Amino acid sequence: MIEIVETGPFNTVQDLGRPGYRDIGVSASGAMDPLAVRIGNILVGNEEGAAAIEVQTFPFSLRFDRRTVFAVTGADGDPLLDALELLSWCAYTAEAGQVLALKHPPTLARAYVSIGGGLDVPSVMGSRSTSLRGSFGGNAGRPLEKGDRIAVGNSTDLAPVPANGLAVIEPAVALREVFPDLVDGALPVRALPGGEHALFPDDGDAFWSQTWKISSRSDRTGYRLSGEPIKPTASIEMRSHGIMPGVIQVPPGGEPIVQMSDANTAGGYPKIAGVIECDLWRLGQARIGSRLRFVRSTHAEARAVEQAVARYVKDVRTTSEMVKRALRAMA
Amino acid sequence: MIATLNNHMPLREIVPAAQGRARISSIGARSFLLEAPGEFDLAAQRRIWALSQTVRGWPDIAEIVPGMTNLLAIFTEAPEDPDTVVARLLEAWDNARGIDLAGKTIEVPVHYGGEHAVDLPALCDLARLSDREVVRIHHEATYRVFALGSAPGFGYLHGLDQRIYMPRKTVPSLKMARGCVTIGGMQTGVAMLTGPNGWNSIGFAELQMFDPTSPTPAMMAPGDTVRFVPARIEL
Repeated sequence: MIEIVETGPFNTVQDLGRPGYRDIGVSASGAMDPLAVRIGNILVGNEEGAAAIEVQTFPFSLRFDRRTVFAVTGADGDPLLDALELLSWCAYTAEAGQVLALKHPPTLARAYVSIGGGLDVPSVMGSRSTSLRGSFGGNAGRPLEKGDRIAVGNSTDLAPVPANGLAVIEPAVALREVFPDLVDGALPVRALPGGEHALFPDDGDAFWSQTWKISSRSDRTGYRLSGEPIKPTASIEMRSHGIMPGVIQVPPGGEPIVQMSDANTAGGYPKIAGVIECDLWRLGQARIGSRLRFVRSTHAEARAVEQAVARYVKDVRTTSEMVKRALRAMA
Repeated sequence: MIATLNNHMPLREIVPAAQGRARISSIGARSFLLEAPGEFDLAAQRRIWALSQTVRGWPDIAEIVPGMTNLLAIFTEAPEDPDTVVARLLEAWDNARGIDLAGKTIEVPVHYGGEHAVDLPALCDLARLSDREVVRIHHEATYRVFALGSAPGFGYLHGLDQRIYMPRKTVPSLKMARGCVTIGGMQTGVAMLTGPNGWNSIGFAELQMFDPTSPTPAMMAPGDTVRFVPARIEL
């Protein structure tokens, strides 16, 4: 068991989501930074898709009721275990009664707490993710509250975590070549032109060339962007069609919406573009009030990024297994 | 990339479903949306159902989402060459012969009028019909479930009599109750979640239509026939 000691609103249990049910109207949900969840789970010896805690409102703290392996990934800033300052992107072992505390991260948005054995909430439609809109999945279909106690699964990982931790080079650093840094304070987000791109004048220039701000009306469902409104040259009545996280829709007001993890499954607004899947985790780490720019990409580039991420994840898995095996051999 | 694809598929060209080419666009790098040309009708949807069956069997497909005369195909990874994917989808569409899905018939008891029918007066004004006539026209029609989406278990129903057509609201109702029987353009349906809703409510249905713990969570499925049965009319 772990017990939630302190939490803000909208912190939830999430795994890699519940794809496969969009055709009956069920959003996939899942972590806003799925890469952080995959790496966190590998570090603590879980399957990549085990359920973790997504913390997006801070401060947050939890108490372990038994010896537990854990890792905090995703956001920047250093977690505390009792009074001891720890590193993010590093697996540790907590003793029974110890409290893990997360402060507000300096620049990023979401931290993930992975636990050896995973969070053992019931799997609903193949996933442990919380569906906030549908009020099911995760911890009773709702955000975490102070005093909640959540079961932890049995770890199948027999290898110990070294006493001083097992760390990984975080994706933003290891994949620096693949994920370009901020440009003039704006996050570059790669996207492909969408179905109604041609309806926007000058090859969508007003969309691609301006810096957008993530408005306060943004959440796990979608980010509403504020900036100079963009208008299509003609208004069209679209039939409802399936959509995906990353789709960038332009409602009548002209300020784009990027659908995120809790994306609706259907939509009808004109789609000017769609963020490539591999850049969604960076968007998931972008805070309300921060700025971003869309960069026109290609399928070929998206594929290259996808493959680089897959290589990195595989590397982390292989290396962490190797280290643990070596430690066990020495023990 | 997509600009080239659009070149041979002009936007919003209205052509009969049997002839024109489908339009294909991207959402991100691994999802492709095929939109049937022509009218919003059962013939086009039956071809979408056929296309769905074909595409679902492709080994590189992660998930498909049939919509209203369109299909979103989500692939397992970004393709090397998107033009190949576009060509495959177009070929599958060209070869898709309309099928009929043998669905079940669902009877939905409706309380027409009353406190939830907040948009009934406006619909009467728009249609120049009495509330009694609007209700009669709505419940006498037989509807088909074209697709599910938007909210867990929500079925988009086709078959609305055009006399009671009502466009979606430009400003949605902020908190429409789950169970409201609504009209959105030429579609009708039963709201599955309480929340913002741009459709127009004319009644209320109690029926439980989604259960996440069931092996078949959604009661409705594409191809089903739906009839609204007046349980109570309160005008």
